[in-house]
Amino acid sequence: MFKLWATIIKDIRILIRDKVGLSLMFGMPILLVLIVTSIQNSTFQLINKNKIPLLVCNRDTGKISFEFIQVVDTLGMFKLVQISKDQSEKLIIDSMHTRDALLAMVIPVDFSVKTEAKAKIVTSKALNAFGLEGDTVSSNAGNVGPVTLYYQPILQESFRRSIQGALYSALQLVESKQILRTLYFSINEKPLPVKLENELMNNKIAINEVPVTRDGSRNIPNATQHNVPAWTIFAMFFVVISLGGSIVREKLSGSFTRLKTLPTNYFVALLSKQLTYLAVTMVQAAVIFTIGIWVFPFIGLPALNLPADIVGLVFVSLICGWCAVSYAICIGVFAQTQEQANGFGAVSIVILAAIGGLMVPSFAMPESFRMIMKLSPLHWCLEAYYGLFLEGGKLKDVFISIIPLLIITIFIQLITVLGLKVKKLI
Amino acid sequence: MKRLAVEIQDLGFSYPGHSTPFISNFNLQIAEGERFGLFGPNGAGKTTLMNLMTGLLSFSVGSIKLLGNEIKKHDKSINKLFGFIPQDLSLYQELSPVENLEFFGAWSGLHKHEIKTRTKDLLGILGLAEVRDTPVQKFSGGMKRRVNLAIGVVCNPQILFLDEPTVGVDVQTRFAIIDYLKELNKNGTTLIYTSHQLSEAEGLCKKIALIDEGKIIAHDDLDTLLAQYRQDGLEGLFLKLTGKNYRNS
Repeated sequence: MFKLWATIIKDIRILIRDKVGLSLMFGMPILLVLIVTSIQNSTFQLINKNKIPLLVCNRDTGKISFEFIQVVDTLGMFKLVQISKDQSEKLIIDSMHTRDALLAMVIPVDFSVKTEAKAKIVTSKALNAFGLEGDTVSSNAGNVGPVTLYYQPILQESFRRSIQGALYSALQLVESKQILRTLYFSINEKPLPVKLENELMNNKIAINEVPVTRDGSRNIPNATQHNVPAWTIFAMFFVVISLGGSIVREKLSGSFTRLKTLPTNYFVALLSKQLTYLAVTMVQAAVIFTIGIWVFPFIGLPALNLPADIVGLVFVSLICGWCAVSYAICIGVFAQTQEQANGFGAVSIVILAAIGGLMVPSFAMPESFRMIMKLSPLHWCLEAYYGLFLEGGKLKDVFISIIPLLIITIFIQLITVLGLKVKKLI
Repeated sequence: MKRLAVEIQDLGFSYPGHSTPFISNFNLQIAEGERFGLFGPNGAGKTTLMNLMTGLLSFSVGSIKLLGNEIKKHDKSINKLFGFIPQDLSLYQELSPVENLEFFGAWSGLHKHEIKTRTKDLLGILGLAEVRDTPVQKFSGGMKRRVNLAIGVVCNPQILFLDEPTVGVDVQTRFAIIDYLKELNKNGTTLIYTSHQLSEAEGLCKKIALIDEGKIIAHDDLDTLLAQYRQDGLEGLFLKLTGKNYRNS
């Protein structure tokens, strides 16, 4: 026991004097969690709070196009900037660059006339279907020319789709309103009263969003709840730089030669490193969670809500930390040089994080990646943390993620022992 | 008759991937309490032999006994019998001399109070008391060598293997180290020493073995060998027995 204690003290002393290693293990993940959460939070605000600049070129002079613009405005997503109706496509694109607008919308010349004609056709068909006699309208009259949407290529596909969806719903509202007015006029031969129109058009069925949690809480997940656990895991696995490097340094230095000639098994050194760096991963988690709880609100980010099951959180963090430390030791044992340990260690963690769902949500991954994803220990760490942080689960609820994580950890440990034996290090 | 500190019998060793044995039918006896020098040109097999005696390399043929204990038949507890000072600095440069001695003392099987006493004694003897808490990386080459030596002897070993312990140090440090080694030997520690510093070795070793290509080419008291080959010093004897050609291994 004294040997183990002396080795732990030695490892701690070396660790606290390794300023670069410490900054990589603590500084870099803290920066990452701050930056990524801020970016994701501002993206969320861009969609939900901030308005996207949208240039509007209305070539039409009818009232329906004005109505359409009003509906788009009431969506609350866009900051509308009207530009001259005579602008050419080139000038519109130039305006987008000069005004730094991400989007521009061109309403075609005969938008109102065509929409009105389309409404008449639909009305006529509907009346005929009811057995009433509708006006005779040429069926060719109702082909409304498309509303053209110009966008900056930096807009991501998912973001563009949500904008397109919003514009479609505005168009549909305007068209439905016009059909309703025409239908009413055809039957009653007087215009649709405004009050009735509002009652009919604005009485939409609401969508009630309910996050499905295990504890029944209705906390809405935010960028902090998503990012803090994810980047804590990333930080834990990034001990590979310090720990993997330290093992390689020890192997390559004369101190390892001396260790092999002393009456103590090298397993003591490995156990000490596991315990020391496991403590480091726990400190990392504590620091990042503390920043999430106390610092985030001061910089305008949502505060981190810790799960109700704190014992479960500590247990999951311990298992994640143990897996991260085991991986780092494995890299250290197999790497021949410190450059190999650092390079392979860092790149492999980024790859495992990417396929594990830390960078792209696992549900958004292609089917072929779903199997590979399960091989990444970071995926199971994330699943276990999300079970606690987002789903309000308890330890028993996340065991299904902990068990594969434990299996992967034990497998890594076995590979390490095998490597030590093959390389005659033990 | 003195007990044997090291007894090597019919030793055979090959490096992995080499069909011809690097050492074969090798026999050597070193009595307890001796100051024994192992010399030879580069690639002669000195370091290989040291590594075999300290268990850093494993052999398949023959036997090596330390103080009567066959090293193959024992677990790592046999390593308590000896100390080893490798050619390279074998310490943690981020730690101070005291911290290095605390750690290596514990790994050598010493108790906390023993480590404290030995550390105080050794740092005093080797002139490191004033820098006891300074990280070794701030030391000169000579000071590092003294720390390296202190770590090797912290467990008060019965046999001490020294692989070029004074390489790259100034004359003062070299003399201090050699004097300390003689002192250790007076107290019963068997010294098994290898170096290219032949003048230094002449002053330290009473008995020597010259090896070349994994074989002993001369083994006796230094004075007897000098008389036998009519040489004034170890350097002349070395050149006479190993030749003047370059060694590229």
